[in-house]
Amino acid sequence: MRWINKFLILVLMVAGSLVWAGQEARYFDNEQLRDRYNKLIWQLRCPRCENQAIGDSNAPISGDMRDRTYEMLHQGYSDREIIDYMVDRYSEFVLYNPRLTFGTLWLWLAPALALVLGAVVAVLLARRKQRSPSSAAFTKDEKQRLESLLGKDS
Amino acid sequence: MKRWILFVPLMVVAVITGLFAYALLNEVDPRVIPSALEGRTMPAFQLTAVEDRQQFLTEQDLLGEPYIINFWATWCPSCRWEHPYLNSLANDEGVRIIGVNYKDERDLAITWLQDYANPYALDIFDPNGDLGFEMGVTGAPETFFVDSKGVIQHRFQGPIDAALWNNRLKAVYDALD
Amino acid sequence: MLPEYGQFALILALLLAFACASLPLYGVLAGHKGFQQSAKPLTWGMFFFLLVGFAILVHAFMVDDFSVRLVASHSSTLLPWYYKFSATWGNHEGSMLLWILMLAGWAAAVSHYARSLSLDLKAAVLSVMAMIAVAFLLFLLMTSNPFDRILPIQPPDGADLNPLLQDIGLILHPPTLYMGYVGFSVAFAFAIGALITGRFDAAWARWARPWTNVAWAFLTIGIALGSWWAYYELGWGGWWFWDPVENASFMPWLIGTALIHSQAVTEKRNMFKSWTLLLAIMAFSFSLLGTFLVRSGVLTSVHAFAVDPERGVFILMILLATIGGSLLLYAMRASQIRVAGEYQLLSRESFLLFNNILLVVITFMVLLGTLFPLIFDAFGWRKISVGPPYYNLMFNFFMVFLLSLLAVGQLLRWKKHDGANLVSLLKVGIPVAVVAGLVLPLVFGDGFHWQVWLGLALVFWLVAGLIRSIYERVKNSSTPLKSLMRAGGGYWGMWLAHLGVAITTVGVVLVSNYDIERDFRMGPGDSVQMGRYEFQFLGVEPVDGPNYQSDFGYIQVFKNGTAIAMLNPEKRFYHVQRSGMTEAGIQSGFLRDLYASLAEPMEESRQVWAVRLQIKPFVRWIWLGAIFMSIGAVVAVLDKRYFKAARGGQ
Repeated sequence: MRWINKFLILVLMVAGSLVWAGQEARYFDNEQLRDRYNKLIWQLRCPRCENQAIGDSNAPISGDMRDRTYEMLHQGYSDREIIDYMVDRYSEFVLYNPRLTFGTLWLWLAPALALVLGAVVAVLLARRKQRSPSSAAFTKDEKQRLESLLGKDS
Repeated sequence: MKRWILFVPLMVVAVITGLFAYALLNEVDPRVIPSALEGRTMPAFQLTAVEDRQQFLTEQDLLGEPYIINFWATWCPSCRWEHPYLNSLANDEGVRIIGVNYKDERDLAITWLQDYANPYALDIFDPNGDLGFEMGVTGAPETFFVDSKGVIQHRFQGPIDAALWNNRLKAVYDALD
Repeated sequence: MLPEYGQFALILALLLAFACASLPLYGVLAGHKGFQQSAKPLTWGMFFFLLVGFAILVHAFMVDDFSVRLVASHSSTLLPWYYKFSATWGNHEGSMLLWILMLAGWAAAVSHYARSLSLDLKAAVLSVMAMIAVAFLLFLLMTSNPFDRILPIQPPDGADLNPLLQDIGLILHPPTLYMGYVGFSVAFAFAIGALITGRFDAAWARWARPWTNVAWAFLTIGIALGSWWAYYELGWGGWWFWDPVENASFMPWLIGTALIHSQAVTEKRNMFKSWTLLLAIMAFSFSLLGTFLVRSGVLTSVHAFAVDPERGVFILMILLATIGGSLLLYAMRASQIRVAGEYQLLSRESFLLFNNILLVVITFMVLLGTLFPLIFDAFGWRKISVGPPYYNLMFNFFMVFLLSLLAVGQLLRWKKHDGANLVSLLKVGIPVAVVAGLVLPLVFGDGFHWQVWLGLALVFWLVAGLIRSIYERVKNSSTPLKSLMRAGGGYWGMWLAHLGVAITTVGVVLVSNYDIERDFRMGPGDSVQMGRYEFQFLGVEPVDGPNYQSDFGYIQVFKNGTAIAMLNPEKRFYHVQRSGMTEAGIQSGFLRDLYASLAEPMEESRQVWAVRLQIKPFVRWIWLGAIFMSIGAVVAVLDKRYFKAARGGQ
C-alpha cells in the first residue's frame, strides 16, 4: 500500500491543495431530461456494433447518436420525434422496441394468446377429471413394478 | 388424447429448422443493415470545400450527372487501402466520385490528397459528421450511388476493390441515370 | 507427434461411441443381454479417450505448441499459465471438445451411479447419449479439428487470446454452462429410453430427476457466472442484455425449470407423463439450439464464436436429426400413454401445471423475440431489432403471474386442497405484502416507483408463502424442530430454491429502479457527490501487465467524510491483439456496489478522463439468489429416497 500512498501524495502535490469539483460530462436542465436521456440511449441500437445499445457502446457512431439525442432533448423535441429522427436516418434497425405494425403485433400478441390458451387448457383439464371418476393414479400392476424397480419407500 | 396434437412439436421444429436453413443457405448476414436513405434524394447540406474554407458546397452542386459519394477519413486504415482503387476508378473508368472528408482535420486531409492523389471531383469537408449523420453513415469508408436527379440508389459499407466493383458495384453504377 | 496422438484418441473415441450407440441398442431391441451389458465398458472407453484427447490439447496450450493452429490463433507466450489453460476452451474447437467430453462424463456417471437401473433401460440411455457423442465427434473431426497443424513453418508466437476472455469469469463460465447444457442430455436420454423400451411409468421420471436437478444447478450457476462476468468485464455495469446468446442459455434453463416441476408430478402422481417426456426432449433440444446459435452466425451477438456457414449447416443437420428424430418417436409412441389420475383446480397438480404453462410461454416469448428479426428477414420485410425494452416488458408481465401463483402453489396438497386452509394466508399475507412493499422503498429508497412496489409486494407475498409452509410443517407437531428435520431434502431443496427466487427478484427490482449512473469529466483531485457518496478521482498511473499496458485509475470514495473504498478502474491495451479493454473498479457490498469505469482520456496527457460512476443497490442479490436456487436443487437430490433407490434393487 505504501507506493499507493506515495502516489497519492504526488498527485495531491500536483493538484495543489485545491479540490475541484468534477464536471458532469453532460449537463441536464432538469432530472426529467436526464431520465428521458437515459431511457432513450438504452432503446436505440448501435448500427455498427454486434448487439449493443448506444448507451453501452464505445463505437464513434454511438457517441454521435448520444450527442444528437442530448441536443434534441434540450431543443425540446419529444421522445417520439427523436426516435423518428433516428429511424429516418438509420432505419428501423436501430429500434430495440420495434414499431407496432401488423407484422410486429404478433411479437406481443402471440405470447399473450399462448398464455390464455394454456390457462384455458389447464382449467379444463382440472374440470374434466373432476367429472369422470376414474381409477387411482397408479394401477396395481404399475405400483408393484415401480416398487420392485425402486425399492420400497415412503 | 388426440393423436395429431403429438405431432405439433415436430411441426414447430420443422418450421424453425426451415428458417435456419434459409438463413444459412442464403448466407443472411445479420450485420448488413439496409440504408434508410435508398430511394430518397440527397439531404440538403451546406459545407465548405476541403481545400478552400471560403467555398461553400451544397447538394445543388452535385446534380446533373450520376455520381458516387464516398465518405473517408485520414484516421481510417481501410480508406487508405481503398484509395488507390478509387484513383483508378476516377482516372481510368471516368467514374464521377464526390469525396466527403468525414470527422477529420482539414490539414491532414489536404496533405493526404496531395500525397496519395485526389480521385474526387469535389471535396466536401464534414468535420463534425453532420452530412454523415443525415445520410445514416456509421463509419468510414462508406459509399453511396446517386443518380443525376440526386436520388440515392444504393449504399455500400466498407472498402471497395476491383473484384467488388466488377462483380457487384459496376452494375449498380451503370444502372444510374 | 503428441497432437497426432490427440487426434487419434478422438478417432478412437468416435469408434467406441459408434459401437456404444449401436450394440446396446440392438441388445435392447433384440432382447440380448450380452449386447446390453456392453454399454458400460464402451461408455467408459469413450470417456477415457476423450479425456486423453482433451488432456493433449491442454498440454499443447500449456507448452505453447504453435504448430497447432488452434494454439497459434488463441494463445501466446506472454499469456499467464492459467489463461493458457482456459484458452483451451476459449474458442470454437476446444469448447466443442469440452462439450463432448462432458457428455461422455455424464454418460459414465450414469453408468456408474445407476447400478440398480434395469439393464435394458440403462443400455438404451447410454446408447442414446453415445449417439449424440457420435454426431458431435463427427462434427468436430470433419469441420473443426482442434489438432490441425500449421506445418512446416510454425509461427514464432501466437495471436493471443481475446482480451475479453482473459478473466476468471471466463475460466469458469463456459465449463459450468456446458455441464448444465449437456447434463440435460441425461433426462433426454432417459425419456428416449422410456420411449424405446415402451415403459412410460413413473420409474424413468424418478431416475431422471436427480440428474435433471444437478444439470439445472450447473446451468443456473453457469448463467449467473456469465451475468456476473458481463457485469464487471464489459465495463458498463449491465448484468443482463437479452442478447441472443444469453437467450440461448436462458431458454433451456426455463424449460429445465418446467421439467423439474413436472417430473415431480410424474414421479409422485404418475401423471403428466406425456408432457414430462416432451419437456425432457425440449430441454436438451434448447441446449442444442443454443450450441447452434452461438456457432452458426445466424444471429449477431457479442458472445458468438467465429462464423462459418459450413459448420452451421452441419450442426443444423445434427439438430434436425436429434430433435426431429426424438419428436417423431415421441409422436408415434406417446399416444400409448394412458391418462390417469384426477385432481381439482385447487391442488398441487394444477398449480404445477400453471407453473409449466407460464414457463413454457416465457420460453416461447424469448424464442419468438430472438427469431423475430430472422423471420422478418426471411419474408423479405424489414430489418428490425428486438431488444431489452420488449423482453423486459413481457418477462415482467409473466413473472407477476408466476410469482403470485408460486407463493400459493408450494403450500398445496396433491389432488385436492381445502380452500379454507388458505384464507388466513390471503387475509394476512396480501395486506402485509402490499404495505411492506410500499413502505420499505419509501423508507430506504429514493423515491416511489410502482414497479418497486409491485416487485417487492410479490417478494413479500412469496416469503409469506415460505413462512406459512414451515408453519404448516410444525403446527401439529409436539417436536417442531424434529419434524422440520424430517421434512427431507426434497422439501428443503424446494424451500431454498424458492427463497432464491425471492432473493434474485429483490436484486433485479431494486437495481433496475434505484441504480444511479453518471458520466463525469474528471482530472486529478476532482471530486463529485453522488447519492450519499463522494468520489474523488486521484489520478491514473501507467502499469505494465504481462501482456498488456494499463492506465490504472484511483478513485477514493468517501461517506460522511470517511474514506470507505478505493476503486481501481483500468483501461488496458493488449499488445498482441491490439485492442483495448475496460476493467471496472468495483467495491462490492451486501446492500450496494460502487462501480467505476474509465471511458476515455479527454486530453493528450492521459490525466483527465471521462469516468462513469455508478451505485448499484442490491445487485449482488441477483447472483446470491441463483446460488440459493442451485443449492436447493442439489439439496433435493440428497433426499434419502434417491439413495434408498440406488441401494435397492439388485
